[in-house]
Amino acid sequence: MTILEFTAVVSIVSFVAGLLGSLTGLGGGVVLVPLLTIFFHVDIRYAIGASLVSVIATSSGAAASYVKEGFSNIRIGMFLEIATTFGALLGAFLATRIPTSALAIIFGAVLLYSAYLSRKPRTEAQRSLPPDPLATRLRMNGSFPDLDGPRSYNVQRVPTGFSLMFGAGALSGMLGIGSGAVKVLAMDQAMRIPFKVSTTTSNFMIGVTAAASAGVYFSRGYVDPGLAMPVMLGVLAGSLLGSRILVKAETKSLRLVFSVVILVLGLQMLYNGFWGKI
Amino acid sequence: MPAIQAPARQPQPFQPQPWRDRRIEVILGNLLRTGVLISAAVVLLGACIYLSRHSHEPADYRVFRGEPSEYRTIPGVIQSVINGRGRGIIQLGLLLLIATPIARVAFSIVGFAIEGDRMYVAFTVIVLAILLYSLLGSGIGV
Repeated sequence: MTILEFTAVVSIVSFVAGLLGSLTGLGGGVVLVPLLTIFFHVDIRYAIGASLVSVIATSSGAAASYVKEGFSNIRIGMFLEIATTFGALLGAFLATRIPTSALAIIFGAVLLYSAYLSRKPRTEAQRSLPPDPLATRLRMNGSFPDLDGPRSYNVQRVPTGFSLMFGAGALSGMLGIGSGAVKVLAMDQAMRIPFKVSTTTSNFMIGVTAAASAGVYFSRGYVDPGLAMPVMLGVLAGSLLGSRILVKAETKSLRLVFSVVILVLGLQMLYNGFWGKI
Repeated sequence: MPAIQAPARQPQPFQPQPWRDRRIEVILGNLLRTGVLISAAVVLLGACIYLSRHSHEPADYRVFRGEPSEYRTIPGVIQSVINGRGRGIIQLGLLLLIATPIARVAFSIVGFAIEGDRMYVAFTVIVLAILLYSLLGSGIGV
């Protein structure tokens, strides 16, 4: 393949990944690394570098609109970013030291888990939980505009959420993904933050988390301009388009298709990792 | 419906809204959007130069070699931009992109300080310190 053909095909694939990732809320980065390594035979380290950069682009591009809508809770986000950025540093450090086959296996496991999580029925946080003393001290409780007026919420189990966020940051730093699935687990399940608030706050945190490991990847030569360019521009364009049509689109069947894609890619990554093909 | 009292109207010990000052919110959002758009434009410019020169060469990313120092340190990138290298300009755009969320964190310190929230000023300073440590400790600046 010539550079022109490669750039064109990778741009289109990244555009579709960004569009589907944004429409389904599952994120585009999670499919990009397996697609690049399995179908384009890109070394996983270059793929992770390019994906990480695209994650910053989509998060920052989308966060601009979320911040304005008033769903995201900047205090929860900032507090948990202490955990995610610290985790991301550790993850990037580990990624440069463990064999690529191990990276592929961890990646495969994260993909399978994301596919499982995307099929699980969403349990909306209970309406009126008593305020948690630590969350109150940290001024995390808030409210957001719901269908029937402003709805307030009380954040629960801060230490559990904080620890899970450390793990999410480490995975993000190690694999070059947003690890939205783990973030939503921490915020929905552990901290009982309403879904709208947790998704938008998580999106807003992803860029900062990725920036914490991006410097390490950049300085170690994982970010190749020829590869990162089509990936970043493609994913950004796809996710911006996705966030515009999000309100109108019927996402249920799309979500099913995308989670099957994630499942298949996860199995393929595990296979390649175990047989030493990556 | 005045009969139904929304829970948010009950007295709260702390201000529940993330930013009391709407202006900070709007500036933060615009900062992120502008940063992403500028970096995308720079990357696109570099892409045009890079593709106009190298489009017919073979693309091969099978073997990891790591980037040469001109594409993985800030002084190296600046030097290759001065030399008019397309890939150097792409890397400059990507560096601007990495700087965007860091700038947002730095600006949030100002935002929390304006609100008089010392605890969150401290938290945000910790996040900024981790980000700067990661960036400067990685050897990107030399």
